[in-house]
Amino acid sequence: MKPTSIGAIIGASSVGTMIEWYDFYIFGMLSTTISTQFFPKENPTAALLSTLAIFAAGFIVRPFGALVFGRLGDLVGRKHTFLLTLILMGGATFLIGCVPGYNSIGIAAPIIVLLLRLLQGLALGGEYGGAATYVAEHSTPSKRGYYTSWIQTTATLGLFIALGVILLVKKNMTDISFNKEWGGWRYPFWISILLVGISIYIRMRMKESPLYTALKKEGKTSINPITESFRHKLNFKMVLLALFGAVMGQGVVWYTGQFYAQNFLETKCNIGFEQSRTILLWAILFATPFFIFWGWLSDKIGRKWIMMAGLGLAIFTYRPIFSYFLDGTTTKTLSIKEERVLSEKMERTTSGKDSVTSTEKTITYTNGLIAKETRSDTLSNDPALRALQDARIKLTYTQKQLPSPIYWKFVGLVFLLILYVTMVYGPIAAFLVEMFPTKIRYTSMSLPYHIGNGVFGGLVPFIGLLLTTTYTSDPLVGLWYPIGVAVLCLFIGMLYLDNKIDKKINN
Amino acid sequence: MSAIKRYFGLILLLLAPLVIFELVTGALQNIDHAGKKDINNPVIWIIIITIFTPIAIGLVIFGWYAFRGEYDRLPHSSQEL
Repeated sequence: MKPTSIGAIIGASSVGTMIEWYDFYIFGMLSTTISTQFFPKENPTAALLSTLAIFAAGFIVRPFGALVFGRLGDLVGRKHTFLLTLILMGGATFLIGCVPGYNSIGIAAPIIVLLLRLLQGLALGGEYGGAATYVAEHSTPSKRGYYTSWIQTTATLGLFIALGVILLVKKNMTDISFNKEWGGWRYPFWISILLVGISIYIRMRMKESPLYTALKKEGKTSINPITESFRHKLNFKMVLLALFGAVMGQGVVWYTGQFYAQNFLETKCNIGFEQSRTILLWAILFATPFFIFWGWLSDKIGRKWIMMAGLGLAIFTYRPIFSYFLDGTTTKTLSIKEERVLSEKMERTTSGKDSVTSTEKTITYTNGLIAKETRSDTLSNDPALRALQDARIKLTYTQKQLPSPIYWKFVGLVFLLILYVTMVYGPIAAFLVEMFPTKIRYTSMSLPYHIGNGVFGGLVPFIGLLLTTTYTSDPLVGLWYPIGVAVLCLFIGMLYLDNKIDKKINN
Repeated sequence: MSAIKRYFGLILLLLAPLVIFELVTGALQNIDHAGKKDINNPVIWIIIITIFTPIAIGLVIFGWYAFRGEYDRLPHSSQEL
């Protein structure tokens, strides 16, 4: 096969998958605005629909999509199936951007958005397995890890583009213009249709995978891929091994490095919106080439030990890294260099009995860290309440701005977190493809992948919150969930996985 | 090595029901209709426990297979499947 043609195959597959990730992420990243527009908290039905939109799309619909489209991909072919997932994803994303808000059409708005979000989850469940299988089935055995690693960059690049587009739109308008009913938050959804259109055009011109075409010609395609994948004991054993020995750990490392870290910087360290996102953007930019490197290396030394090393590094360094994030942003031990009051105002409360004063000021510390502080104090006529100063005064650090040296240290540490992602994720497509036969490959690899990423990975924030609420003394307690899952996966992987590369996948 | 694989399978067999027990206990302790956090929301717990139960059953089956030595030798090619 000529290098140019494999380049075109990788390009066409990767661009489409990257756009699907972009589509899936923008919903999550704009969740605060989306909640205000479609899911007002004061309406219990809308709040329930919001919960379903966030949780069901990732946990239930993604694995279900893996089964539906995996089966289709093994029955009718890879090309048409991942073309269909792209159309579904692009259409659903664009339409989310077109749905009028709750204020205009009432409860219909959250219902339509929920249905479209579920459609997104379904499409995502079917996309990755198709793209990875398609590229792997075009690859030469000695470069399978390298070629499929390009597909592995797409999830991170999709995140990068989603972050970039949102930041760009937000920077060019006021918060009010961005958040209003037909405001700027809709632009990233509308942009999707353009990206998807281009990708559909490219994918339409692609040919079916040669291995699948040969299998079809011989009449050896599966009649019932789901039954053959999960009721055939030998294959089912490999599905379980893929899930518990590799993908489960990969899912939590992936989620912790790219989502939990950013959320931690914003909510626990109180770093401002822009800095917390640009830290991630730089780290992604520097780390993304390593997906290709580890994929290439896995062709030389095998897939297993690269993935296990990534899990091991994550296990041993997560707590020190996140601890540094907290230490680097704490102001308790710092001396104040300058304090500047930005605004002071006093307002009567709605009852008219009390007054509330609020002061907004910036504090510059000696190490260059700037904290924008908002403090409100209730001046009560009630003498009992006046005595309770702690109950009256509310202090909130709205945002902190890091000085350049600390900022770049944080970029370096998030880079490390994403480097672990590249180690566990870079070689995994080739690893999964080599585990299963061509006739049921799409189905067999898609399900463990989406359970590992969607369920185990997707649970990182929820279990993190559960642990933080239960064990309040340790701010890093939420990390025990990804660490625990990674430890279990590391043991299973080290004990049971084989480092052998299966050269022949054309059966 | 095979013995370690088998005994570890036994640990996994026990771990799976423990995970479900922890999830159910967590749900009972944290579900609170007056609460505003995700962990107070019964719908989320129902989704998580529903989706995690078949996964835990999968872990039990994996542990059982490992205990019986079925992972002592892996297929060297997908052709063997």
